[in-house]
Amino acid sequence: MRRLWSAFGAGALALAALAGCNGAGDDEANGADGESAGELVRFNPDPYPSTYQPVPSGVTLIRGANVYDGIGGFFENADILIENGRISAVGEGLTAPEGAEIVEAQGRYVTPGVVDIHSHLGVYASPSVNAHSDGNEVTAPVTAEVWAEHGVWPQDPGFDTALAAGVTTLHILPGSANLFGGRGVTLRNVPARSVQAMKFPGAPYTLKMACGENPKRVYGSQGRAPGSRMGNMAGYREAWQRAVEYRAAWNRYWDEGDASATPPTRNLELDTLMGVLDGEILIQMHCYRADEMALVLDMAQEFDYHVSVFHHAVEAYKIPDLLAEAGTCAAVWADWGGFKMEAYDSIIENLPITHALGACAMIHSDSDLGIQRLNHEVAKALGDGRRMGLDISDAEAVAWFTSAPARGLGIFEETGSIETGKRADIVIWSAHPFSSYSLADHVYIDGALMYDRADPERRTVRDFMLGQPGQEAR
Amino acid sequence: MSAHMLSKALAAGLMAAILTGAPALAQTIAVTNGRVVTNGEAGVIANGTVLIRDGVIAEVGAQVRIPSGARVIDAEGGWITPGLFHPQTELGLVEVSAEAGARDNAASDSPFTASMDVADAFNPAGNHIASARVKGVTRFAVHPAVGSAIIAGRGALADSTGAPDSLFADRQFMLVDLSVSGARTAGGARSAAWAFLRAAIEDARFYPGRFMAHPEGDAISRFDAEAMVDVARGTMPLMMRMDRASDIVRAIQFAERYPALRLIIVGGAEAHLMADEISAAGIPVILDPMRNLPESFDTLAASNRAAATLHAAGVQLAYTTLGSDLYWNARLLRQHAGIAVAHGARWDDAFRAVTLTPAQIYNVADRFGSLEPGKIADVVVWDGDPLEVMSAPTAVLIDGEVTSLETRQTRLRDRYAVIRREGEHGYAH
Repeated sequence: MRRLWSAFGAGALALAALAGCNGAGDDEANGADGESAGELVRFNPDPYPSTYQPVPSGVTLIRGANVYDGIGGFFENADILIENGRISAVGEGLTAPEGAEIVEAQGRYVTPGVVDIHSHLGVYASPSVNAHSDGNEVTAPVTAEVWAEHGVWPQDPGFDTALAAGVTTLHILPGSANLFGGRGVTLRNVPARSVQAMKFPGAPYTLKMACGENPKRVYGSQGRAPGSRMGNMAGYREAWQRAVEYRAAWNRYWDEGDASATPPTRNLELDTLMGVLDGEILIQMHCYRADEMALVLDMAQEFDYHVSVFHHAVEAYKIPDLLAEAGTCAAVWADWGGFKMEAYDSIIENLPITHALGACAMIHSDSDLGIQRLNHEVAKALGDGRRMGLDISDAEAVAWFTSAPARGLGIFEETGSIETGKRADIVIWSAHPFSSYSLADHVYIDGALMYDRADPERRTVRDFMLGQPGQEAR
Repeated sequence: MSAHMLSKALAAGLMAAILTGAPALAQTIAVTNGRVVTNGEAGVIANGTVLIRDGVIAEVGAQVRIPSGARVIDAEGGWITPGLFHPQTELGLVEVSAEAGARDNAASDSPFTASMDVADAFNPAGNHIASARVKGVTRFAVHPAVGSAIIAGRGALADSTGAPDSLFADRQFMLVDLSVSGARTAGGARSAAWAFLRAAIEDARFYPGRFMAHPEGDAISRFDAEAMVDVARGTMPLMMRMDRASDIVRAIQFAERYPALRLIIVGGAEAHLMADEISAAGIPVILDPMRNLPESFDTLAASNRAAATLHAAGVQLAYTTLGSDLYWNARLLRQHAGIAVAHGARWDDAFRAVTLTPAQIYNVADRFGSLEPGKIADVVVWDGDPLEVMSAPTAVLIDGEVTSLETRQTRLRDRYAVIRREGEHGYAH
């Protein structure tokens, strides 16, 4: 059986297959007309393909650093060799190939590039004028058909400040006004004229959903559904039921293989939901309260899909067992709370408790300021976790801003750790990354030095900032 | 309850929020064996002692003799510092900001302006006060948020004991919003905001004569004008919320026109472009070192290096947490100070900007902000450098009394620290 998304290979996590198929839309009709007789109607699953090209880079040897590999390892006096944009060797006393750029990093600290799984850069760009509000399609509670990448402004100056803080990969989500907010997109943090030139090649699509107060407030205040948490659940379930039926109709059409038959009517909203049911689009769900997360996990079983990550999840610490059983992660702040009732039970130990009690947890920013210090956010959570007696190493905690979010986005095969074969997304920090005084000295993306704190020429400046007041003072 | 019972209750960490409002106890406490940052002439003492008698600092030094019978708090090689003084919070005003019934910061539908007084709204039992305290904040300014008028009313000063009398000074400053939001509030342009402010000052200057025949002034009513008189006379500072460099220039010119007025700038994202002018005018600035984005057209020049630049120019500079928030995460003040240091501010300047300088700006530095004999004993013991994000207080003394390190959030933490059988959580308290 060939399904709608089968051009993407066996599963959403099969990145090599994904990357290889970016140009493979040849035998697929674009649009619903299926003009060539004898062929079944299919749709291009990747109509806005990544055009990202790594900045050309040579061979680089980072020498003598204190290396956190992002997956729990720590190596003193370690060398990292970068060739062809990838990490080709990690170890002590590596020999620099002829012509290699040598970076002496003795006494400094190295981590994988920071990955932020929850950002609205580009869709809520600076300056936050009305015209830059592109992150919520607040016209209906179910908008699975909208895509964050269609709202991303690549000239958001927030990308520059995030890069200066070591962020190499970031996931841009629609906001949380809607039950189904639309598709998210995973980006490389590079300057570009189009969003396509930032798209992480082969990264799976994601779908933003939202629990709780936001959808019911936004629509309830308009006298529309949902106006309560009951209405939220009814709204999700109604949409999932339509998706189940839509998927069955298309599968029936493809299984019957009759090119002369009339295909089902295409529905962009249900295309996205069908991708979730097929396991190829990852659910990233805004949810604060423990009881709501428990209900959502049951709903995922009811409609046979998987919740990859709960975002914000300020009460994840109350349900680590439920999260672990479901294989669902929690992406959290260190210490935000109090801005609404469902954030009232936020505790700084949320991340370390959830982690220590067996669930998968990570940091996220949801903020153009917070994204600039995810290492410090992790440090705060770790510090208070240790003070309550949890035994968590620095190396484990580095995973919270590197490999854990990379896994949550389905791109861990490519980034999020310092291992041979991975994309060379690397930060050299001026001091231990958990120190307040630590800054990113060098930031590499695919082996290219994209930011150098010591070199004003090696910093990105978005179009908007050119000629603005005070730029020489930054 | 006797003093003895009281101190026992405190030691057990019980009911601290209710009880610490009692008068300073007649007892002697020695905080010892730590790196003492005095903020005074003694500078930093590598390993010293702070001796507290009846709530007041008696001695500070490396060779202080600890009297027998004194309660000893061992810093165990950590840091001993003055308590943090947050110059801009909505602590005690906001419990849940999205719930109208759980916040009292902004009067969005009020006919009043200058006469509003946050002391009327302040709730010392607000849970976030304790959360700030356990992260080292011992004193704070309570600011009104801006509601229906750019003149948002009068702010106050409080301690973080949570005691009924913890608001120790009301009517300490008048807040006016002259930023982009103030322009909107005033009618759509900055010129309207400044006209409103000038008219309100004139109403106050000619109070009560101007109101003999009519209760309305040019901008504000008789009752509000009465409250504005202290501002016009310069006995109450006027706290101007603004970010843009051009607004700061106007503020300096305004100060020249009304020399009696005492101005403070809060916000100040572009103040570093006018650092020398601000310094020459002697106007204090309350700035958040975290803000570095062009979040609006008022903050195009915002920079993490602003704090270092302003310090270097000699501006009286305190830090705030505007980029986080002013109620739940007012406790992050020291993280914001750490950002300033990472971006070039001297540690001593940054630490003063969250301790002594706010006390000076609010004219209470005779009592707070440093560890010197005669000062109120607001002392924090830390397990490391207070500006490091991984450090935290191990003891917080306010008015010479040890306060509880327990909060509603630590109770939640302890309840869920282990996985329990369903239902057992409800009995874990």
